[in-house]
Amino acid sequence: MDSHKRLHFKTFAMILIMIIAGPLGNVLLGKGMQSVGATDVATFSDLVHVVGRVLASSDIWLGVASLLTFFVANLLVLSWADYSYVQPASSMAYGVVALLAVFVLREAVSPLRWAGIAVICLGVFIVGRTHPRTTGHQ
Amino acid sequence: MFKFIYFFMIVVAGTGGELCVSRAMKQVGEVKDFRPAAVVGSLLRSLRSKWMWIGVGLMTLAFFSLLAVLSFEKVSFVVPVTALSYVAGALGGRFFLGETISSSRWTGIVLVCIGVTLVFLGKG
Repeated sequence: MDSHKRLHFKTFAMILIMIIAGPLGNVLLGKGMQSVGATDVATFSDLVHVVGRVLASSDIWLGVASLLTFFVANLLVLSWADYSYVQPASSMAYGVVALLAVFVLREAVSPLRWAGIAVICLGVFIVGRTHPRTTGHQ
Repeated sequence: MFKFIYFFMIVVAGTGGELCVSRAMKQVGEVKDFRPAAVVGSLLRSLRSKWMWIGVGLMTLAFFSLLAVLSFEKVSFVVPVTALSYVAGALGGRFFLGETISSSRWTGIVLVCIGVTLVFLGKG
């Protein structure tokens, strides 16, 4: 694989990890916190109790792991790609959120939201056709 | 007036923080080795850059500003913030990181702004 293709491939791979791990992490954390229930913390022992329940939730651990994966992929891709390329490209996450809402959470997604996602996809497609790196090697 | 300051903080500190982190990672240099130890090494090296610390500080500031705003504003406040951060990011990429933003990249960024606004409006 030549260096040009390799750069495109690893940029694409990192952004794919970001747009899946980011929304997944948020959904898992949300689910985990809901299972913990309302947090009414009045005393120190309440706090210990709540923290214990949070730490016992596998959803929360998976959510934190997903967000950590997102964060590392984001840092890695920024070591070679333009910020003005990565930031709009990672907005594909809005599409992933809508798909998660429909297929996992069984929520309805309004036509306006689908229209927005279509416009985002078009924008990302256009940004994606530009070269990921426009600055020189450092 | 306070609202404007918070708005400014969320957009400028949030995007500015990410731009600083991006600058720190550019100083680390292109990551080519994806073995776990090498990845951890690159991330640790980024902590030696002052830009990483400035970036994380700014992002923390933006996060607490957002929390403060959400205590007295509806979530719909987030719409212009999110859309504007793409424009701020592109300008920062151009002037702070020296990236070249071609007209087609600008077109894509503006479309993403419009799309993100529609997504938030469609949630209501």
